[in-house]
Amino acid sequence: MLNKKDNQKLYPVDPTVPPGSIGILNGRVIDPVNGTDDRLCVAVDKGTIVSIAPELPSGFTPDTTIDAAGKWVVPGLMDMHVHLREPGREDRETIETGTRAASAGGFTAVACMPNTNPVLDEESKIRYVVQRGEPCTCRIYPIGSITKGLEGKELSPFGEMVRAGARGVSDDGKSVISSMLMKNALNYSKSFDIPVICHCEDSDLTKGAHMNESAVSTRLGMRGIPSISEEIMVARDIMLAEYTGARIHIAHVSTAGSVRIIREAKARGVNITCETCPHYFTLIDEDLIPAFDTYKKMNPPLRTAHDRDVLLEGIADGTIDIIASDHAPHVSEDKKDVEFEAASFGVIGLETSLGVVLTYLIGKKVIDPHRLVERMSCVPNRILGLSGGTLSRGADADITVIDPDARWKVDPNCMYSKSRNTAFDGFELQGYASCTISQGRIVYERGAA
Amino acid sequence: MMGLAIQHLLGLEGVSRDDIIQILDTADNFYEVLQRKIKQVPTLRGKTIVNLFYENSTRTRISFELAEKRLSASPLNFSASTSSVKKGETLRDTIRNIEAMKIDMVVVRHGCPGVPFFLTQCTDAVIVNAGDGAHEHPTQALLDMMTIRQRLGKLERLKVAIIGDVIHSRVARSNAWGMTTMGMDVTLCGPPTLLPQHSESLPVKITDNIEKAVGDAHVVMLLRLQLERQQGGMFPSIREYRERYGIDLEKISAMRDDVIIMHPGPINRGIELSSNVADGDKSIILDQVTNGVAVRMAVLYLLGGGENA
Ligand SMILES: [Zn+2]
Repeated sequence: MLNKKDNQKLYPVDPTVPPGSIGILNGRVIDPVNGTDDRLCVAVDKGTIVSIAPELPSGFTPDTTIDAAGKWVVPGLMDMHVHLREPGREDRETIETGTRAASAGGFTAVACMPNTNPVLDEESKIRYVVQRGEPCTCRIYPIGSITKGLEGKELSPFGEMVRAGARGVSDDGKSVISSMLMKNALNYSKSFDIPVICHCEDSDLTKGAHMNESAVSTRLGMRGIPSISEEIMVARDIMLAEYTGARIHIAHVSTAGSVRIIREAKARGVNITCETCPHYFTLIDEDLIPAFDTYKKMNPPLRTAHDRDVLLEGIADGTIDIIASDHAPHVSEDKKDVEFEAASFGVIGLETSLGVVLTYLIGKKVIDPHRLVERMSCVPNRILGLSGGTLSRGADADITVIDPDARWKVDPNCMYSKSRNTAFDGFELQGYASCTISQGRIVYERGAA
Repeated sequence: MMGLAIQHLLGLEGVSRDDIIQILDTADNFYEVLQRKIKQVPTLRGKTIVNLFYENSTRTRISFELAEKRLSASPLNFSASTSSVKKGETLRDTIRNIEAMKIDMVVVRHGCPGVPFFLTQCTDAVIVNAGDGAHEHPTQALLDMMTIRQRLGKLERLKVAIIGDVIHSRVARSNAWGMTTMGMDVTLCGPPTLLPQHSESLPVKITDNIEKAVGDAHVVMLLRLQLERQQGGMFPSIREYRERYGIDLEKISAMRDDVIIMHPGPINRGIELSSNVADGDKSIILDQVTNGVAVRMAVLYLLGGGENA
């Protein structure tokens, strides 16, 4: 058991011990797939949900009971955009520490991006991640690269990678600049029914830039990353998807213009989904003043208040399908001890994502709890073609219990992630995962000791 | 002595009118000292000041070094290329190492905006920004204001046109903040490719029309053009730039009779300014250089907690 302050307990998985039985009592069970929203008891046995009913089945005496009164019991959350840094940068994060952070954040599954070193661009590397993930507290679905070495020159072997367990492809970190190659990638992806996950950035427009191009970059004298650098590629990738009939998913949408372009494309019937991240709908470029805070340096960058407001509209009306964290761990010598321009892009997010969503989307009535479950569980599972994201009888017991009322303060020192680069240090949040159940095992508990 | 409200000089954004006036008045006093036969005062005797220059700037460094010597401080020059960061030493390491040598003040020049602020968080020493990327260059703006005040007797309600590569100019930004705080009317002017796309955060007018900008300006300040911006596609030719934004005698003839011409140096002769303008009677460029030492003495003195001059 790994304790952290604030009554957090994490239980590493022992594969030699089979999962026992659990009774989750009197929680508000929310399962949009089955249209469930009731006070119910959930019975779990040997890794499977055996009953969801007003009472536990007669004769079912669970090894463990969880009193979920006043809490929400929802399908295990999934974060489909995280960076686990293994292989290559195990000093920042490993598959083990990253999945612990996921469990502590209420996630029972994550999809990890291929921009590791080496890049996840062939069967053996995908298999390595899958195997490393097997004994972890959270399911892990690797994303393969679109191009070999993320070089934007030759396609990676999608078929082999999918056979080894990849659930999508992405050159996350950059766009595939060649429109011809991107068109081929989209066409080729159709054989495997996998999404092509697009990082949208015209790198010609972002060269040497480190923050949003705006009144703030003008004031700070920094070269800016203009919103059009994202929107141009969002538009191109949507046009290519429409042309080829392939399925695309736009990663980390950050601008008002992207939301508008995606909304129009969806209205036209293009087969696209998209995500945004907690920092884009809570923080803005002005938060960089006056501290030049490297923990708020990310790519895409924090945009303007207008962009943030339009993102919130997009989340409310469903233009934005899911919330992902883009969990990007960095050690202090890359992030904290250096000047702004030398600092790496990216922030961690697995352990704050749910709390930020509960506080800023549920608390401010942008969405209701059903939509939260859709955007953080059902839809990401559907995008990656997975059977998770529902609490049906007979389904795998991946369950998150959420305490929507718990108040807590973000403290980087209490995190399970190996890195500490959170943009939400000191934030007062309302709500967290009080229990995470992965494949029938309680892997994480938080709250009353 | 009142003392300044600021503890460090990181930029002129947010610096009060009172602080600016106190720096300029003190600089005027040091200007008198510099006219004496013995140009040194004992004010900062025993204080160690590190000139931490990550970017080459012989002029600014010499100006600071001279100011430090005139105040009897012990200057220590530390030139580092930004590449030392890539060799593994972080900026925090560097400043901690220097601080371990018991220093009092750091004058820093760095290519990245925000470095002076960053240093205030790593050390207890007083930090003076000698230019951080395209962000601010506060002592340059202070010496510009000192020079204008010396020539025209006041700052309030004077019109200033700052011409050239505005987007990359820390001089333009510091002057925009400082001059507007002092009640001056500032217009920034250059080709649209060298003006910021979003300028609403700066308290100034912005135009690409040079006739409008200099029309009734009391002060015309040219910025140095980095010639390699042409390869970057920011303007098509030196010739076209000179024709539109360079100042020659003909353009001067359309300006106020009493206009003064300034330039932070070094000048690209024949581009921003024709030689007969740069060396002509409207130009106060060499006064700017002299006043640079006096202003830097004032800043170091007021922030360094020295004895009375
Ligand atoms: Zn990305």
